[in-house]
Amino acid sequence: MHIVDGALSNPVVIGGAIASVGGIALGLRALDLDRIPTAGMLSASFFVASLIHVPIGPSSVHLILNGLAGLMLGWAAFPALFVGLLLQAVFFGFGGLTVLGVNAVNIAFPAVLAGLLIRPMIGRGTAVSGAIWGGIGGALAIALTTFMVAISLASSGDAFVPAAKLVFVAHIPVMVIEALLTGFAVLLARKVKPDLFFQSALA
Amino acid sequence: MAHLLGHRNTALTEAGLFGRTGLIATLDPRMRIVMACLFAATVIALSSLTALTASLAVSVVLLALSRLPWRQTLRRMAMMDGFILFTLFLLPFSVPGDEIFTLWGFAASWQGLWKAIEIALTANAVILSLMVLVGSMEPVTLGHALLRLRCPEKLVHLLMFTVRYIDVLREEYLRLRAAMKVRGFRPGTNWHTYRSFGYLVGMMLVRAIERSERVLGAMKCRGFSGRIFLLQEFTLSPRDIVFAAGLSAVSSGLLILDLA
Repeated sequence: MHIVDGALSNPVVIGGAIASVGGIALGLRALDLDRIPTAGMLSASFFVASLIHVPIGPSSVHLILNGLAGLMLGWAAFPALFVGLLLQAVFFGFGGLTVLGVNAVNIAFPAVLAGLLIRPMIGRGTAVSGAIWGGIGGALAIALTTFMVAISLASSGDAFVPAAKLVFVAHIPVMVIEALLTGFAVLLARKVKPDLFFQSALA
Repeated sequence: MAHLLGHRNTALTEAGLFGRTGLIATLDPRMRIVMACLFAATVIALSSLTALTASLAVSVVLLALSRLPWRQTLRRMAMMDGFILFTLFLLPFSVPGDEIFTLWGFAASWQGLWKAIEIALTANAVILSLMVLVGSMEPVTLGHALLRLRCPEKLVHLLMFTVRYIDVLREEYLRLRAAMKVRGFRPGTNWHTYRSFGYLVGMMLVRAIERSERVLGAMKCRGFSGRIFLLQEFTLSPRDIVFAAGLSAVSSGLLILDLA
């Protein structure tokens, strides 16, 4: 999902940087002092979860779980995912520096959207219905991320249109996997710690 | 403060970066961050292959100055290349221009090939210089330097928390995986695998939240008020200024080479 330096046109890079600064600012405003440890801890867990390789047929995919991050953190998912991307670029050489803004928007905006739209449904009803909504949130976030990556590429030049289409099609199985895993994660969280999604402390 | 990241065999410390004494490591972290951004901005502005190759050479020289482990750093860079290879592979076929060869009815063009090489050179030059200039710091120093560069305090807190707990949570993940393994879990493409991995992620998150509640309690008990107390003062030495001026001159040189 990471776009590298040099691939995008300047307007896309600058637009992404501005949008990510806005998103981070809004996210930080939603994050008061008492929630910093929770947000940091979740940010670290999503970093670790993204190292899990899930088998799919002969190959495997690694998780992104931005939908789940949005469901748990709301707006605070924006700075949390940004920090993850920054660390990945600096210490692991994944992604790039000038495209950090674009990558952050592509991954964090769908997360926040999933959080805003679907989070209210997660705590309602039975654990299973919460899990199904969680799965929908997980799929929605990945679908939107893939779509936004495709748009970023396509708006940087027509030459990228085939690559953009391919990115989208190649990620359909990933959407299914993310939906299933997010759903089961929500199911477990609802059963083990029922008050988790009721806590306003995390919204 | 390398102990904050714990054991040498874990992810963030894998390169064994910290505590090495290259030239880069002795320079002011704030200046290194600013110069990494400046160099990246210069490189993405370049378009001629000569200038881009030269910029990659500059990154390699920086790598030599830093005394980072060559193999590991270059391997990481190569990993990123594996990541983008697919997109780059498509470019010769999607950019119209003079034909090189035809594959299953699709014509590959020279223009597309140059574009792909251009992107590959840019991406590698930027990421290598970033890993060398910024990735060679301890993560905690990175946090402090970012704060000194006027990053929002909360963002720096978030960064430092993430850095602090990545290894802790990774160990917890490995423990859970070991527990699954002794119970005969083998991942495959089936419902059972997806459910087990989902529960694994869910469990990690529940534990992380419970841990964060304990951490917050412990921090409050010690009077946490949201301020970051800096353990080190950064000072710009003449060497920093010489290095910054040198890299700026090289960057300008690259721009001139690009125009020529």
